[in-house]
Amino acid sequence: MSSLSFDIAHLLAGSMLVLSFLLLYQDRITAVLNVFALQAIALALSVAWQSLVQEAPHLIVTAVLALLVKGFFIPTALHRMVRRLEIHREVEQVIGSGPTMLTGLFLVALSILLVQPVRESVSMLTREDLAFALAVILLGMLMMITRRNAVTQVVGFMSLENGLVLAATGAKGMPLVVEFSVAFSILIVFIVFGVFVFRIRERFDTVDVGALDRFRGERRDQA
Amino acid sequence: MTLPISPVAVVLLVPAMAIPILVLASNYRLGAALNMLACALTFAAGVSLLFAERVRTDLFIIDDFNIYLVTLTTFVGFTSSVFSASYFGHELETGRLTPAFLRFYHAMYQAMMGAMNVALVANNIGLLWVGLEVATLTTVMMVGIYRTAEAIEAAWKYFILGSVGIGLAFFGTILVYLVSQEIVGEGLQAMAWDVLVTHSARFDPQLLSLAFVFLLVGYGTKIGLAPFHAWLPDAHAEGPTPISAVLSGLLLNVALYSLLRFKIVLAGNPATLNVGAIMIALGLLSVVFAAFMLYRRRDIKRLFAYSSIEHMGIATFAFGVGGLLANFAGLLHMTMHSLTKSAIFFAVGHIAQVKGTKRIANMGGLSVTHPVLAVGFTLGVLAIAGLPPFGVFASEFMLVSSTFARQPLLALALVFGLLVSFGAVVLRLQDVVFGKPKGPSGPVQGSYVPLFIHLALVLIAGLWLPEPIARWFRVVAQQLG
Repeated sequence: MSSLSFDIAHLLAGSMLVLSFLLLYQDRITAVLNVFALQAIALALSVAWQSLVQEAPHLIVTAVLALLVKGFFIPTALHRMVRRLEIHREVEQVIGSGPTMLTGLFLVALSILLVQPVRESVSMLTREDLAFALAVILLGMLMMITRRNAVTQVVGFMSLENGLVLAATGAKGMPLVVEFSVAFSILIVFIVFGVFVFRIRERFDTVDVGALDRFRGERRDQA
Repeated sequence: MTLPISPVAVVLLVPAMAIPILVLASNYRLGAALNMLACALTFAAGVSLLFAERVRTDLFIIDDFNIYLVTLTTFVGFTSSVFSASYFGHELETGRLTPAFLRFYHAMYQAMMGAMNVALVANNIGLLWVGLEVATLTTVMMVGIYRTAEAIEAAWKYFILGSVGIGLAFFGTILVYLVSQEIVGEGLQAMAWDVLVTHSARFDPQLLSLAFVFLLVGYGTKIGLAPFHAWLPDAHAEGPTPISAVLSGLLLNVALYSLLRFKIVLAGNPATLNVGAIMIALGLLSVVFAAFMLYRRRDIKRLFAYSSIEHMGIATFAFGVGGLLANFAGLLHMTMHSLTKSAIFFAVGHIAQVKGTKRIANMGGLSVTHPVLAVGFTLGVLAIAGLPPFGVFASEFMLVSSTFARQPLLALALVFGLLVSFGAVVLRLQDVVFGKPKGPSGPVQGSYVPLFIHLALVLIAGLWLPEPIARWFRVVAQQLG
């Protein structure tokens, strides 16, 4: 593998990690959503690059899915939702952003230490990608723990899931990756609808089916 | 014996085909009948699987381990569908649910059965994961079906915790693939479970151990092991009772089964970390923690949800101890717990409906108002508390005696947990069954047949375990190492 393709893969995976850190200390919901959209675009580029390097054209499907669903559709939907619920100006108290960042650094170090001893035979690219992916996953979990708001918690989960897709596409020749990414996208769309229901409950303090139906247009199947 | 169509295909296709039909069935009675019919067909296919040839492809496998679990799952799925027909008949009458919800519920029920069967017969570890994910999603939606604030909150909690668990398990699955593709080569066979088992001795032990930690935390969340159990009591208490029965009786089992598949892979590689010790620790923690939590429960469904945490802890502990006898006890315990706990939830469903409440304080004197139901409930609770001659006693006795022979201190801790929970469960049993009659005493609609069939099976297994079943357990116990 040429060193250029290696460097580009690193650049893209690394930028995902940087964006994960950015997510950790954003205190405005709209900013969180924008950073998340950027991370999804970085993921899409990274997956597209893997598809080129590994000569696996089917990965393009995953890349396009990441770009459209997580880069555009979901952030747009959530933006509209927070505006309608009038929480887009809300400033969320991030629990101790200093300690959180330090914990994040510690988690990155931990993921490098965990993956480093992996035998040499696993290709360099895979190994380093795995460290990045694990770091993104752990930072996503950290975000879910430190946030109180349902929307930002979900963004934390989606960021965790970005790390998973990064890991799955980095594993050379892994079968069914496209199917997994589709399954995950479905899960995420469900979760976003779930937030919708949940927020409505908090705002109107009702779970009256009539009220829900009005807002969801007859959809009764989301939790 | 050759069958015209593979039973594996039937257990997967029947639920898949039933989903669109049930969505269209607008009449509630028709929907319930079709749901029962689909479950009965799946059960028949599950039984015929026992006589079918052992097959393997890169995607599916039939072996001694999953063959009995498929039968158990489809059986409890069938009896629960019978129970759910009468349960929801009552809910419709009282107006807590509308027929439109039930159409959706029946479709989801079949989706859940199909997904659990996929997870059970999967050879591909990715497919196994997909099965569990879909089963989780469908149960999340059924838990939230009542649309009360508590139900939505419970479903949300279950959703978020379950999704994180599922995500971590997926990362573990990727790691397992990475380890195996070095040795086996790229492609589907590197994710096939039986290929993994054959080659695991040559896998990189460090990465394999790391993978197992992720799988343990991920699937452990779904098993409901403490400290990852937070979703379980809420989901059991707020969802409809037939769903509590299948959650406890089936889904927790399927999650434990998935973890055990990976334990077998690690058992083939002596250089990996000591999986048994971690499982013992988590199992014991769950048993003791749940035993104490049982005491202050006011909600009857929450009480038995904690009891499920306890019993999954016992099974996990058994597999952690390992060895032929303890593994055998663990497998038997999974089966017995599944049958007994779903029987208890059937009884609890009837009780909660006639009394119109889930609060234990508002029940009482059941032996006076509903003698038959009281007998069924008492037998179920005594069985789950671990009294002879029921099957749960057999498995717990086997586990305790085999642990005493090897690790007396661990056995003492386990016995302590068992005794504490025994006290709690019997105390609550008295509150419900004896004392002055409280609450309404209307007749129970629906039949007690599923309840007593389960209890009879648990009793028979406690007295005499049929030889073919014992043989499967022995083969699998050997595999588990």
